[in-house]
Amino acid sequence: MTVKEIFETMDYGPAPESAAEALAWLVDAGDSFGHFIDGAFTAPGAETFESRNPANGNVLALLSQGSAQDVDAAVKAARRAQPKWAALPGHARARYLYALARLVQKHSRLFAVLETLDNGKPIRESRDIDIPLVARHFYYHAGMAQLMEAELPGREPLGVCGQIIPWNFPLLMLAWKIAPALAMGNTVVLKPAEYTSLTALLFAQICQEAGLPKGVVNIVTGDGRTGEAIVSHPDIDKIAFTGSTEVGRRIREATAGSGKALTLELGGKSPYIVFDDADLDSAVEGLVDAIWFNQGQVCCAGSRLLVQEGIAERFYEKLKARMDGLRVGDPLDKCIDVGAIVDPVQLQTITRLVDDNAGEGEIHRAAGPLPENGCFYPPTLITGLHPASPLMQEEIFGPVLASTTFRTPAEAVALANNTRYGLAASVWTENVNLALDIAPKLVAGVVWVNGTNMFDAAAGFGGVRESGYGREGGWEGLSAYTKPAGKAKALNPIAPVPAPKKLEAEGLDRTAKFYIGGKQARPDGGYAQAVWSPKGKLLGHVGIANRKDVRNAVEAAHAAGGWARTTGHLRAQILYYIGENLSARAEEFAARIDAMTGGKQGAKEVEAAISRLFTYAAWADKYDGAAHGVPIRGVALAMKEPVGVIGALCPDEAPLLGLVSLMAPAIAMGNRVVLAASQPYPLAATDFYQVLETSDVPAGVVNILTGPHGDTAPALAAHMDVDAVWAFSPGLSAMVEKASTGNLKRTWACNDKATDWFAPEAEGRRFLEAATEIKNIWVPYGE
Amino acid sequence: MQTESLKPGAHGEDTAQLPQVHEPRNPGTELDLDLIHGLQANTSAIERRAATLPGRRSVKKEYQAAWLLKAITLIDLTTLSGDDTEGRVRRLCAKARQPVRPDILQALGMGPIHTGAVCVYHDMVETAVQALKGTDIPVAAVSTGFPAGLSPFPLRIAEIGESVKAGAKEIDIVITRRHVLQGNWQALYDEMRAMREACGEAHVKAILATGELGTLRNVARASHVCMMAGADFIKTSTGKESVNATLPVSLVMIRAIREYHARTGYRVGYKPAGGISKAKDALTYLALIKDELGDRWLQPDLFRFGASSLLGDIERQLEHYVTGAYSAAYRHPMA
Repeated sequence: MTVKEIFETMDYGPAPESAAEALAWLVDAGDSFGHFIDGAFTAPGAETFESRNPANGNVLALLSQGSAQDVDAAVKAARRAQPKWAALPGHARARYLYALARLVQKHSRLFAVLETLDNGKPIRESRDIDIPLVARHFYYHAGMAQLMEAELPGREPLGVCGQIIPWNFPLLMLAWKIAPALAMGNTVVLKPAEYTSLTALLFAQICQEAGLPKGVVNIVTGDGRTGEAIVSHPDIDKIAFTGSTEVGRRIREATAGSGKALTLELGGKSPYIVFDDADLDSAVEGLVDAIWFNQGQVCCAGSRLLVQEGIAERFYEKLKARMDGLRVGDPLDKCIDVGAIVDPVQLQTITRLVDDNAGEGEIHRAAGPLPENGCFYPPTLITGLHPASPLMQEEIFGPVLASTTFRTPAEAVALANNTRYGLAASVWTENVNLALDIAPKLVAGVVWVNGTNMFDAAAGFGGVRESGYGREGGWEGLSAYTKPAGKAKALNPIAPVPAPKKLEAEGLDRTAKFYIGGKQARPDGGYAQAVWSPKGKLLGHVGIANRKDVRNAVEAAHAAGGWARTTGHLRAQILYYIGENLSARAEEFAARIDAMTGGKQGAKEVEAAISRLFTYAAWADKYDGAAHGVPIRGVALAMKEPVGVIGALCPDEAPLLGLVSLMAPAIAMGNRVVLAASQPYPLAATDFYQVLETSDVPAGVVNILTGPHGDTAPALAAHMDVDAVWAFSPGLSAMVEKASTGNLKRTWACNDKATDWFAPEAEGRRFLEAATEIKNIWVPYGE
Repeated sequence: MQTESLKPGAHGEDTAQLPQVHEPRNPGTELDLDLIHGLQANTSAIERRAATLPGRRSVKKEYQAAWLLKAITLIDLTTLSGDDTEGRVRRLCAKARQPVRPDILQALGMGPIHTGAVCVYHDMVETAVQALKGTDIPVAAVSTGFPAGLSPFPLRIAEIGESVKAGAKEIDIVITRRHVLQGNWQALYDEMRAMREACGEAHVKAILATGELGTLRNVARASHVCMMAGADFIKTSTGKESVNATLPVSLVMIRAIREYHARTGYRVGYKPAGGISKAKDALTYLALIKDELGDRWLQPDLFRFGASSLLGDIERQLEHYVTGAYSAAYRHPMA
């Protein structure tokens, strides 16, 4: 077109970013790559696959399919490098991370163009969002390395971390994985997604430029088989995975009982709630960043639009008009909004999901033209859907927005939480009371008030429910890459005292029951077992809990949901009161413990239990959240919320102290618990419910079951409405971790390692952390 | 900007100006206080949108040249100085008639173009009208006790009449900021109505002086009240406030224009003024208008830049496009 013609039409025209330098880099590499192991690139492997540009189908490079041998070589290199890397002063690691940050900045355009070529995301996003966030993540964690010795005393690195990342933010996810791991003294074996490995390989090159010691970072390319080799490798201490919920579940299952630490950042179907007093134009614009950012291939995409009824029609009209202005096209064009879907396979998935369910709602597709070739899908809005529609429940992972309406704030919360996921949420309202009321009620790891898709290294990111566990970023992210220093001893099982040859009954029969919903309850199955003292005396009987007793206890725990909303001050008072009432009966409890165990530690254990109750009474109103210093005008409030309903398999040893050590931090933080009492010595727990009854503990907050954990643990661990299971009895860790995959509940398994319940390490932050989820609520402000 | 002046002018088919569309003037509506009170403007979200806009839109090569030429035709070439003289104003008018060196236009394959208007104080209206005789270029007068707008109300109204009598086709009025800051929407509405009345056939641009309104919410409210009271254009600033046109303020005002159009069917124009001095800024503004309001608003009857130094930067960019070498200011005739 001539200048004169354009003067009339005022079209945008093409504004291409050059791919020349990125393509030259590929040519320099011979257009084919091996792995990056022990500080050097290997020769391309025997089995290779193509990496393609999804915008035009062109082959970018040939990549190597990592074999089990490749993974093993990488793990060995990482293992060799780890002790020395961890032994470096924090400042030395900080210098390397700083160098990586600087190198990412220096090569920022090369990274951005390569990312866009490989992934199909608009160059604006890779240039203005992905790569700057990558550099930010390395800067931030350079600081964490610097501060580790001073600020994280008693923590040490996990060792060798296996990290598996997705294709939607290839380099950014690499940064989220590698930066904190390295900062804390771990070494890594990372597998990029097979669609998008190129920036990881460029990153390997800058690791060389930074002079990073060999073996600290290892990168092995390949598909799911390579991932499996990492997951199943016996010498890896931790798996960090970002990707689909389906694969996350398989990884949980595969690592169950292995003792590997695990963090999962999985799928989502995040609600985007628009109240009638919102700035509607800004909320519409927010949706552009929520669901049409990165073609909607974002785990935390605001993909479920919930609009208040009174404004719904007006809002949809505005939204459709905005959609029609979106420009879909060549990802390297600096004037487009939406680029290419990552791969034909993903395009098919999106197309199929929408087409199969198209009849359910009213579909609006953006009016702008689509490129004729390449993987493109138009921005799409589907209104008139209901929670029952699959499109409102299934993660589409594409530029498709599903919508329904609500009447009241309470209904908005109910709809928002009516999902198996819990990653992120957006709330739009100009009423600060409403925003700050809704944000804590949303089941999500991240909530954005009047915003969306805001990320920063200083604020933890991660989900709840089937969106996974663990946080990435912030102080809270460091616990995913550290553990308490020291080596734990093996946990030896304690057999119940067998019935003596000659039975001796003593005094009036006393019946210990379960404690469910504030009431004493008989076992559903109607079976009981005797508890004998080592001296051969019958101390009493306890019920044998079965799955129905578990069900009843969990239901009672849920009914006590109000506990989560009580004040820390109130919970503190109740914990003190439990301690006071236990103290009043200290001698009796001590005698009972000694009678069951045949030891003389009873008095000491009771005193320790009282002290522990005081510890958590102290913490109940002091385990503060944080206001993270994120680079916006606003705050990210890291709020500590109770996990929910926690099932705890109490340790067999220390029958009173062990139980209190798990119960007290849990209820101090507002959780409700179902406690499976010590198997050989259950009577301390059943005596203890009398203390609870006299201590103003609301019904259902603490529930106590007795009997073999082998009977109760499977039901607890598989229960879809239990949010976490803590397993401190022997032999059950693998089973609990495996069964937890149903709803991907958090697990804390002892893996048959002993805890000294009398030691100071058996209380404090480690327990409080397990008893809380951190929700980051982003509140940008300004009038 | 009167409808007559929008018809194809003296340049006939040779002109690069678009064949102009007749746009019915905004007659205004009743004052709708419910709407005014319900307006929301989330500052952070608006700032984020504004901040990412320059990165989202890019216009290159021949497209950029064409867009920059378009920008010139949207400029209210302005002088508002205490030391303005007839000679100075005539020089400005000459530049308005021929804003780009003919050899550059020829190289671009463009016919003659001119700026959107010339904008002066009342005392200079006659001079400007004389100097622009034989062109389509309207003269705009800043009025109503510009820039503070605090002279006696009857004098402000009378000033409009004088400027119209002197030949001004466009009157840039300033609103009483106090009415906004005190939430006195009825007073603002009445004032605007009276000024629109006084303008007669001349079109009226309502200067909100957004830098003095305190909040974006107030900008949204004042925009709507002025449109309800019949403003033909809403304009950000006098150029004399410490903060003048910004992208966030523009976003709020053009969203108000969009809303008003959706509600009433009338298109109101938009004029950012003050602080837009670079060609790149002009492109960003045009992209903002194109994306948020649509192409129809990219014409001089619905969009103007209030600017004095913008033209110089655009001229240099155009020469760069033609020659491939970066240009110098002295190579272009001064205004």
